Amino acid sequence: MSDHNQNSNDNSILKKPMTRRDVLRLAGSGGLGLLLGGSTFGLFAAQNNRKTKAANATGTTDNQVPFYGQHQAGIITPAQNFICFAAFDVTASGSSSLQKLFRTWTAAAAAMAEGKQVGEESTNHNLPPVDTGESVGLNPSRLTITFGAGPSLFDDRFGLSGKRPPSFKDLPAFNGEQLEPQWCGGDIGVQVCADDMQVAFHAVRNLARMARGTAVLRWVQEGFQRSTQADPSGSTPRNLLGFKDGTANPAVTSAQDMNKVVWAQGSDGAAWMGGGSYMAVRRIRMRIEVWDRSSLKDQEDTFGRYRGSGAPLGAKNEFDAVDLNAKDEKGNPHIPADSHVALAKGDGSIQILRRSYSYSGGMDLKTGQLDAGLLFISYQRDLFKQFVTMQQKLAKSDRLNEYTLHVGSAVFACFPGVSNGGYIGDTLF
Amino acid sequence: MRYNVILPTGVLVASLLFSGCGQKEDANADSTPAAPASTETSTTASAADFNAAIEQYRTFAVEQCDLFVKETEKFTNAVKAGNLDEAKKLYAPARAYYERIEPVAEALGDLDPNIDARVNDVDAADWRGFHRIEKALWEDKTTTGQEGYADQLLKDAQLLRAKIETIDIDASLMVTGAVELLNEVSSSKVTGEEELYSHTDLYDFAANVEGASKIFEILKPELAKKDADLEKEIGERFATLKQELDAFKKGDGYVDYTELKDDQIRKLSQNLDALAEPLSNMGKILGV
Repeated sequence: MSDHNQNSNDNSILKKPMTRRDVLRLAGSGGLGLLLGGSTFGLFAAQNNRKTKAANATGTTDNQVPFYGQHQAGIITPAQNFICFAAFDVTASGSSSLQKLFRTWTAAAAAMAEGKQVGEESTNHNLPPVDTGESVGLNPSRLTITFGAGPSLFDDRFGLSGKRPPSFKDLPAFNGEQLEPQWCGGDIGVQVCADDMQVAFHAVRNLARMARGTAVLRWVQEGFQRSTQADPSGSTPRNLLGFKDGTANPAVTSAQDMNKVVWAQGSDGAAWMGGGSYMAVRRIRMRIEVWDRSSLKDQEDTFGRYRGSGAPLGAKNEFDAVDLNAKDEKGNPHIPADSHVALAKGDGSIQILRRSYSYSGGMDLKTGQLDAGLLFISYQRDLFKQFVTMQQKLAKSDRLNEYTLHVGSAVFACFPGVSNGGYIGDTLF
Repeated sequence: MRYNVILPTGVLVASLLFSGCGQKEDANADSTPAAPASTETSTTASAADFNAAIEQYRTFAVEQCDLFVKETEKFTNAVKAGNLDEAKKLYAPARAYYERIEPVAEALGDLDPNIDARVNDVDAADWRGFHRIEKALWEDKTTTGQEGYADQLLKDAQLLRAKIETIDIDASLMVTGAVELLNEVSSSKVTGEEELYSHTDLYDFAANVEGASKIFEILKPELAKKDADLEKEIGERFATLKQELDAFKKGDGYVDYTELKDDQIRKLSQNLDALAEPLSNMGKILGV
């Protein structure tokens, strides 16, 4: 199937589905290489999450991740347990409405990051409460709220058409994707992550409430990964295909690497984006039922890794190097050339920072099957040089494409960090 | 029954005074939740302003109710005469007068369910009123057997008219009523559940919004004193929503709700939410 191809790319990305081994390795390698190729995707993310948690570059303290800073939180922040992603369309016109919304959102996001309610609590019994209240008494749960502008924000509505970074535009069509409009696009993307789903939901709900009359929700997707409670050791998480995923992310502790892979530089073409990052979001449906009736061998050949250990096929441990030249006794390569790990590894020249979550949309009413998959999210300095290049390769050949289908897609230019007193996107206006 | 109705009408002018006294047993039990206690202090300060506003609103409610009785009678007459097409034509326009003042009617206990209950809102044996007849007209395509419901409906409408002047309207009821009207739209009109058989939901939608708009217009001067930005914002959003609704006008009424596409419904719903959110802060005029 065509989606095969397409998906494969995605998959890798998304998923994590790399073979276990791949995953493991990657993970092990600490982002080394497996994903390297382009695939840094999958593995990375997972690993990051856990690994970086301990020694984190973002200065996480306890349950709190600072909202203000050089970069927005939620990008190189170790991945929290849950995500609630919301894309908005702006209905008001004129840049002053937009700036007002961003100011309002900034104050609310900063407060929520500290576990506070949004706005001053009202004592007027004739008014609805200012905050919706469901997070009262809960700690911030490492809440991060990351804002970005979609390509459509740079049309003529807000006087921003001259500000669109040259390399920032809608993604090209990829082989096999079957995008559904209800999961695509958005003037503004808001990634909300927290270790508590209620805390994350509360943030999206209140941001949407404040936006009424200025912006409306376009799509919302919740996601999860195995929690820190379920896996205190922080080993490489598994995706919904059962394989360890997300290992080889670049080291977020290296400012040099981050500047090379993740952070847009002021000299890249849009000065206002210096310190920001470009986000790709793909809602990738997994054909769970089909996958579940595939033989273990097929599954492992698809990823190029062993399911149990995550080690590359032909190797022993999760973090063993992926050797695409290794042959079995009959002279056949251990790792199929069109396996996810093989394609993802590539020559290691392209990296991205993955930050994906699994999702479940309940049941597909048409088929009665589970609607589940991966909310793939990656951050990169340049969408086309990194994500698109990688995804095109995966979309064409990845074996995983047989089991996955890209149904949603969006890209956002995530603003640089906000300094205290400033507001999100203030470098843009 | 009709006569009963007329009586109060005559007293209309005097009825202003009733605002304080008319505690109908069930009166505003459900429509004025938290407000009373906390409003007391501040209402004294500007009591005069609210008295004028309350009387303006009462006049509006009575006017609407007079028309409601009149148009409902035309409708029930058509039903009883077996004039199916005429009855279907009169159905939605008659209801609009009711929908504009629904929070007031709801303050009158059983009257609202008797007039406006949908199929599963009450026990089957108790189901009567507009929607009972709506089902016969649109689904069963007949007026046969509806005579009794028609008579009951007219009596209920007349009873509403008789009682409406005695309702204890206060500023708090108006403020919460305006939001309730929009909440009505949000929870049953937008979903197309209100007019299950006739698909005339947009008539109700528009009438609810008009009812809320009337309250806003009356309270606007007071709100402008307290929060001019909010007053302006609400005004703009009423205008946006009305403009949105106007696109679906057809003749004297509105298009069948089933003609709306999903994205059109969503946009209506979002514009409604965009209005209801600031409108819910109109309680500022009541003080703390």
